[in-house]
Amino acid sequence: MTVQELIDSDMFEVVNEGSDTDRDISKVFCCDLLSIAMGKGIADAAWVTVMGNINTLAVMSLTDMACIILAEGARMDDPGMAKARQQGFTILRTDEPIFDAGLKIHERIQ
Amino acid sequence: MNDSIELTYEVSGDDFTRAGEASSDCKQKLKRLGVPPDVIRKVAIAMYEGEINMVIHANGGKIKVTISMDEITMELADRGPGIPDIEKALRPGYSTAPEDVRSLGFGAGMGLPNMKKYTDDIHITTELGVGTTVTMKVKL
Ligand SMILES: Nc1ncnc2c1ncn2[C@@H]1O[C@H](COP(=O)(O)OP(=O)(O)OP(=O)(O)O)[C@@H](O)[C@H]1O
Ligand SMILES: [Mg+2]
Repeated sequence: MTVQELIDSDMFEVVNEGSDTDRDISKVFCCDLLSIAMGKGIADAAWVTVMGNINTLAVMSLTDMACIILAEGARMDDPGMAKARQQGFTILRTDEPIFDAGLKIHERIQ
Repeated sequence: MNDSIELTYEVSGDDFTRAGEASSDCKQKLKRLGVPPDVIRKVAIAMYEGEINMVIHANGGKIKVTISMDEITMELADRGPGIPDIEKALRPGYSTAPEDVRSLGFGAGMGLPNMKKYTDDIHITTELGVGTTVTMKVKL
């Protein structure tokens, strides 16, 4: 499944549709501690997290992850929103728990 | 062979909206210079962790990146409190990050271990009350 297909699937609310949305999602990655994500983040992964700030975006970009799904009703803060729009990062959100959100994507990329 | 390139950055303390700017600027410049992607990834990750540490633990500092024929050297110098026990600080999971930055997702105690993992050489000099200098090298 590509990022665009995830956006169009209506599984999650679209917070920002970024550029580069034709990349294939390789895996689901779940983690809220940034330096663990930095060390273990997987290229092209869909990252499910509750951390919605500018540093989440920095980790996403440096580890080359494909998109962020904010779970548990988490929101991206204003500096993060500005950065996401400027840099073209895809961000989705949901009120569901991290595991449920991750599992839904996992089932679609099998 | 004196044609090495030098980049310098000022990192301000406690400004999380700007934290990471030096690393992402450096990443862009390395890309333009045609540095291989795997090298860029290592440099950017290590530099980001070091930059964030300067913001969180040391009230900012200076970063100097030197790109030479065979390696990239990052020197991060701060005038923060210093590190009492370097060996302990390098241990995965060790963190003195305060509560307010933990709520942003920092404080796993994996920054320095990542810096070690992603570079070919890391050297830390520190003096309590004076500051810390972290020097890291990635081979090209
Ligand atoms: N530049 C510095 N000046 C003073 N102390 C530092 C500095 N860098 C690291 N430290 C100390 O070393 C500890 C470990 O650093 P490390 O980067 O591994 O973890 P952290 O910053 O606490 O959390 P994170 O996983 O988010 O990076 C810090 O908690 C801090 O006590
Ligand atoms: Mg750190």
